[in-house]
Amino acid sequence: MSRLRRTMLYVPGNNPGMIRDAHIYGSDAIMFDLEDSVSLNEKDAARFLVYNALKTVDYGRAETVVRINGLNTPFGREDLEAIVRVQPDVIRLPKTERAEDIQEVDRLLSQIEDTIGMEPGTIQLIAAVESALGVINAYPIAAASPRLVGIAIGAEDFVTDLKTTRSLDGIELLTARSQILFAARAAGIDALDTVFSDVNDEEGFTNEVKLIKQLGFDGKSIINPRQIEIIHNIFMPTQEEINQSVRIIEAIQEAERKGSGVISLDGKMIDKPIVERARRTLDLAAAARVYV
Amino acid sequence: MRPYQKYSGAGKAKNRQRLKERQVCQNRNKIVDNLEKVILEAGLKDGMTISFHHHFRNGDYVVNMVLDAVAKLGIKDLVLVPSSLTDIHAPIIEHIKNGVVRRIESSGIRGTLAAAISDGLMDIPVIIRSHGGRARAISCGEIHIDVAFLGVPSCDAYGNANGYSRENVAASACGSLGYAKVDAQYADHVVLITDNLIEYPNVPFGIPQSQVHYIVKVDKIGDPNGIMSGATRFTKNPRDLLIARHAADVIEASGYFEDGFSMQTGSGGASLATTRFLKDKMIAKNIRAGFALGGITGQIVSLHEEGLIRKLLDVQSFDLKAVESLKNNRYHYQIDASYYANPDNEGSAVNQLDIVVLSALEIDLDFNVNVITGSDGVIRGASGGHSDTAAGASVTVVVAPLIRGRMPTILDKVNTIVTPGHTVDILVTDQGIAVNPLREDLAYNLKAAKLPVSSIEELKAKADRVVGKPEPIKVEDKIVGIVNYRDGSVIDVIRQVKKER
Repeated sequence: MSRLRRTMLYVPGNNPGMIRDAHIYGSDAIMFDLEDSVSLNEKDAARFLVYNALKTVDYGRAETVVRINGLNTPFGREDLEAIVRVQPDVIRLPKTERAEDIQEVDRLLSQIEDTIGMEPGTIQLIAAVESALGVINAYPIAAASPRLVGIAIGAEDFVTDLKTTRSLDGIELLTARSQILFAARAAGIDALDTVFSDVNDEEGFTNEVKLIKQLGFDGKSIINPRQIEIIHNIFMPTQEEINQSVRIIEAIQEAERKGSGVISLDGKMIDKPIVERARRTLDLAAAARVYV
Repeated sequence: MRPYQKYSGAGKAKNRQRLKERQVCQNRNKIVDNLEKVILEAGLKDGMTISFHHHFRNGDYVVNMVLDAVAKLGIKDLVLVPSSLTDIHAPIIEHIKNGVVRRIESSGIRGTLAAAISDGLMDIPVIIRSHGGRARAISCGEIHIDVAFLGVPSCDAYGNANGYSRENVAASACGSLGYAKVDAQYADHVVLITDNLIEYPNVPFGIPQSQVHYIVKVDKIGDPNGIMSGATRFTKNPRDLLIARHAADVIEASGYFEDGFSMQTGSGGASLATTRFLKDKMIAKNIRAGFALGGITGQIVSLHEEGLIRKLLDVQSFDLKAVESLKNNRYHYQIDASYYANPDNEGSAVNQLDIVVLSALEIDLDFNVNVITGSDGVIRGASGGHSDTAAGASVTVVVAPLIRGRMPTILDKVNTIVTPGHTVDILVTDQGIAVNPLREDLAYNLKAAKLPVSSIEELKAKADRVVGKPEPIKVEDKIVGIVNYRDGSVIDVIRQVKKER
């Protein structure tokens, strides 16, 4: 089953209480933040805290992601040096604007992996794009390193860069979201949406999740555990979709056994994209523990 | 005094106390001008025992008001037996220091008073009793109340009193007078203190005229904001919600979740929130509860009004919605603490409970629960109905986060036992569920429902890996509190915490 990234729970790197409990809510991924949620005079403490948390706490099935500070800050390199040693699944680079940004992180990761005797390429990457330049360069970024598993949009900085603000219907983000999505799909990686910050606006949140799902996104960063269930429910396939997917997969297996090249179901031909959609549907169903 | 031995549920000490004698002169005027006068008329003397109820919770003015009057009259060495004490009762510290109060017996003590008592303020240890244990002690004569001072939100001139009024909006409304009813029944002298005199007869009443000797009218008996403290607001804490959701799953799978089941939820965010998740399951499976018991909250009332819980037995009303319901709903019924939980009468309501959801400050590998002292060993909570409902209910679910701050909730041994482990069945945390090995039936049912059941040792290890083992609390020899089990035996003691010098 491919890794699901429907929900990436954002946890400030300087909040021990949240760091300790982050995995209990069942988000697909946990993102420990060393960047914007940590003030300058707490950068060291947060790095130390996240380092020790990853060393100590068993985060179970959740994918662990650490958002480091940019490499153009005094903290980014030290973040990498420390965090890679406790082997999170993914490093998330903020404010990515060019393919070179990713390539530099890739190089540094390789050096550290080599130094500590870690299998090269172990640490994966997610690039967060938060400016007009980053959106323009979305595809080169998405294709910049084999370590990349996803590209994300960070809307707060992006709308500031565009000289606008976020609206409920998200019209100002539409182009950027689409561009990110194209880049992700072209590069064969995940497309990840930005946070929705009003935790108490369930309706607004629900609408946004429906929108990004329809656009084709794989998931979304979230700031409160209460948002997890809403996303997972929206991403949950219907029973009909599940049943149909099961039949499709069974038809392929049947065809493979018979060695038949052309596969059809109910008189319609099943081609590769249909099979892929069916697989993804079943992955989502399994994640939601819907019995197939 | 006798040590705790495993509770069997078979009442041994029958109630031998006669209900109190009636007044000779029935037709006298019961209304007395002020508190000082009534204290003298009731014959309060040095060394006597006086009682109060805690239905006004953190908005109570009565205890402080009465003690100030008593102090002014120079009466000393009193034994205080309130049903519980809260933060607002900090002024008792002064009355202990100046000799007005010599001894305290209560379900709970909180705030600075609790801290001072834990620090050795009193010469004689406080006695902690459960609500059912207190009712038992009063009715069998173990506690002899000389004068009960009972604040009542509505009252007529002859002493019919209640926690609300159907005739006006009682400013200090508190709903049920469940704990006070026992005092009124057994105290030698019953003084009602009210800020809301109503034309005779004040029906319905929780306390009848036949048990009342004196009535004093004062300006205010309580602060509505403190009486209806936000303690029962619906929690938004995601961890509490997660625990509540697990608890509801546990109840659904327990084997006791069927039409006509009965339930009680204790105070605390997670246990209260369990109701919400249970509601969805009740609707989905078309199951209605027969009754809900205990401290009644607005959430329970909502389920009652939606037809999901048929009847409510109310010993304490936690919020305004519960008060309004007691006032208006015919199947919302006021009960007293003895009916609720006395282990030695001919039948208490807790014995009819299928499921209770309770909180815990600490729980140990034997499932013993502490709800009275914090992780620092200082008194901070209340025994309440915890051990009563745990003993009575068919399924006792304890909900608690696996880790609080830097402290694990599961210990090798709890610092103070309030509820013995053999009456506790299931522990539900945010990170897994443990079933008492005594209840193989429940473990089987929960595992069959694919719930994340592990041993309590495994859960403990999970927490210990993150926060380590806490240092044992260092204590002095001095005993500051004696914890009575509901049957009157001593189940544990609380010692003075050693101060780091």
